[in-house]
Amino acid sequence: MTTEFTVTLRSPDTSVGTATAMKAVFIRDLKIALRQPQDLLNPLLFFVMVVTLFPLGVSPEVSFLQQAGSGILWVAALLSVLLSLDHLYRHDFDDGTLEQLVLQPQPLFLLVMAKSLAHWVLTGLPLVLLAPVLGVMVHLQGNSVAVLCLTLLIGTPVLSLIGSIGAALTLGLRAAGVLLSLLIIPLYIPVLIFGTGTVTAASEGAPVGGQLALMGAFLVLALTLAPFASAAALRISLSNS
Amino acid sequence: MWQIFHKLGSPKWFFGIAATLMPWLLWVGVAMLAAGIGWGLAFAPQDYLQGNSYRIIFIHVPAAFLAQSVYIMMAVAGLVTLVWRMKLADVFVKAVAPVGAILTFLALFTGAVWGKPTWGTWWIWDARLTSMLILLFLYFGVIALGAAISDEKSSARAVAVLVLVGVVNIPIIKYSVEWWNTLHQPATFKLTEKPSMPPEMWVPLLLSVLGLYLVFGWLACLRMQTEILLREGRTRWVKELIQARGS
Repeated sequence: MTTEFTVTLRSPDTSVGTATAMKAVFIRDLKIALRQPQDLLNPLLFFVMVVTLFPLGVSPEVSFLQQAGSGILWVAALLSVLLSLDHLYRHDFDDGTLEQLVLQPQPLFLLVMAKSLAHWVLTGLPLVLLAPVLGVMVHLQGNSVAVLCLTLLIGTPVLSLIGSIGAALTLGLRAAGVLLSLLIIPLYIPVLIFGTGTVTAASEGAPVGGQLALMGAFLVLALTLAPFASAAALRISLSNS
Repeated sequence: MWQIFHKLGSPKWFFGIAATLMPWLLWVGVAMLAAGIGWGLAFAPQDYLQGNSYRIIFIHVPAAFLAQSVYIMMAVAGLVTLVWRMKLADVFVKAVAPVGAILTFLALFTGAVWGKPTWGTWWIWDARLTSMLILLFLYFGVIALGAAISDEKSSARAVAVLVLVGVVNIPIIKYSVEWWNTLHQPATFKLTEKPSMPPEMWVPLLLSVLGLYLVFGWLACLRMQTEILLREGRTRWVKELIQARGS
């Protein structure tokens, strides 16, 4: 961490603009994560392995994989994001950075938004980039692969944003991981439905504009509302410890 | 107005009010429920298509009705917890969450029993069944989070946040599941329309819905009283109450 960022984060200086603070939080999260590249790789490996299980466990037939492929990829991506959520606040919570963040004069929900976006860049975006390879492996046809990537591109930030609420609520609890999944999976269902539904529609040659627009609406909704809930939950969890 | 509001926040005051309300809620509720279900099961006419198997709606519909409205009530109470820090609101949420979960399960179970002769299968991935199942998951989440946080105040506020997030999501889940797949018939009662069934069927149904609401009110009061006694065990009025009962 350079001195510049330390100063921005530590001093309760109201002259620092909100955008600067958000940028500082965002870049700081990226830098810390990049120092532990293995932690970034693990959710991706998990993603690949879960996808591999389906042809092995259910059926390697091309017709089955073509039909179920988008669903398999979406479920695997969802689980992989879910698995990485615990990291979102955990380290900052353990070393006290989170308390400093809450004390900043800038609105907490914007800083939380920056953190969620950093989480997406570190987990969601690599999943999107990896998806075409796996899409070919489950025999999705040309156009569906592109649509699948597009739905993941719109959908994974929603997963990170909604997930940040669960991560904040379960901070500092015993067996937080399982509890987190329990709280968050029901909230992920609409994204999953539209994510796979769009790809299915694309493979049948139906227009997908409407469904993509709805997913975009989910993203806007999550971007505006989830950081509020997440910030409120953070304050509660910190007052608890 | 504000005085009532302040009073409402006092567990002791509520304890007394609940004690006077409870017998009314219970007996009127049980009477209505007995009348509604008895009438529905024994005297209401058969359905021309489904025969007698439709009669399970006299249990299914009230349970499903209440399962959804309990979550809404919890959300209102959650908002009250967050805004006014009212203890009783949290007592309500904690007390009724398991009741809501059981009602949701009852609705799913009776639905399955009805589905077997009517649709020929216990379970179908239909929109309304699925969204009820997701509602059950939401209830489980609320119960699990409440149990996981030991500090009373943080637990109250964390659960309130979760309930509110859930209630924002319920319409989204409902509509996305509906577009995804639908087979179930539309809702039985709509506020804006006249019911499509004859009065001999919907009057007992309405009776059993209202009766179950009242019985739920009784159960909520009872569970809230228990929760209050557990939480306020160290206060003087609880000690006096227990001594008065014990002697």
